[in-house]
Amino acid sequence: MELTIQTINHETEHCVVLGGEIDAYTGPKVKETLMSLIEPGMTLAVDLEAVEYMDSTGIGVFVAVMKASKKAGCPFYVQNMSSRVERLFRITGFYEFIAIRKGEDK
Amino acid sequence: MDPNNPSADVIQLTLPNRVEYLGVARLLVSGVANRMGFSYEDIEDIKLAVGEACTNAVEHAYEQEDGTNSLHLECRVYEDRLVIEVADQGKGFSVESAKKQATPLYSGIDQEDLVEGGLGLYLIHALMDEVVFHTDAGVSVSMTKYLRRDGVAGDDRTISKNQI
Repeated sequence: MELTIQTINHETEHCVVLGGEIDAYTGPKVKETLMSLIEPGMTLAVDLEAVEYMDSTGIGVFVAVMKASKKAGCPFYVQNMSSRVERLFRITGFYEFIAIRKGEDK
Repeated sequence: MDPNNPSADVIQLTLPNRVEYLGVARLLVSGVANRMGFSYEDIEDIKLAVGEACTNAVEHAYEQEDGTNSLHLECRVYEDRLVIEVADQGKGFSVESAKKQATPLYSGIDQEDLVEGGLGLYLIHALMDEVVFHTDAGVSVSMTKYLRRDGVAGDDRTISKNQI
């Protein structure tokens, strides 16, 4: 399974549901999608529950999006991390930097 | 132990040194690790380490503006461990950038100082039991993961029974 991207547009929030594998091949598509949804006054959320594989390329994408969204005044956070994604974030220390929305029902 | 021990089963894969084949490299190692009886978590860790090593090799090939090299993957299956070697034919990935990449960890820094990339080598070291870089005849990396037997030593019989 490669990458799936589904975008749900709410009034004040874009929610991007990612699934499959995020690596150096699929990462640029994720980055392009997220960057295009950064808008002042809107919130950008990324759902990671269906992500089966992610490596440091994915962290690189989130670092870039985090910086761009901060500059644009568009809150950015992730939700529903799979256990693998959480492990990657914790090992690298990225867990301390990224905004995580918890207790969110799908 | 001698890494060239003839008792090891050897599985080799040569693939184009391009990002679209990274998933194929991961599939190979997860298949081999699964057959050996590694736990789900260990298999995912091995996949991630190999994914990082292959990404490093592929990106270096791009830096050299020479995407024609091939990426070589070798799995050596021992009774108690899996050794995976990743090498790209030709120039190899630079040891200098490898050294740099082994250092930065996302801790004790400001959010503004986060960089995109530079975690690959750190992750390989964190996820695998032994990591060795070879610089003769290009650059390659050997990564070893030991089979954990629930902390009980000498229950080899259980393992072989499971494999039947």
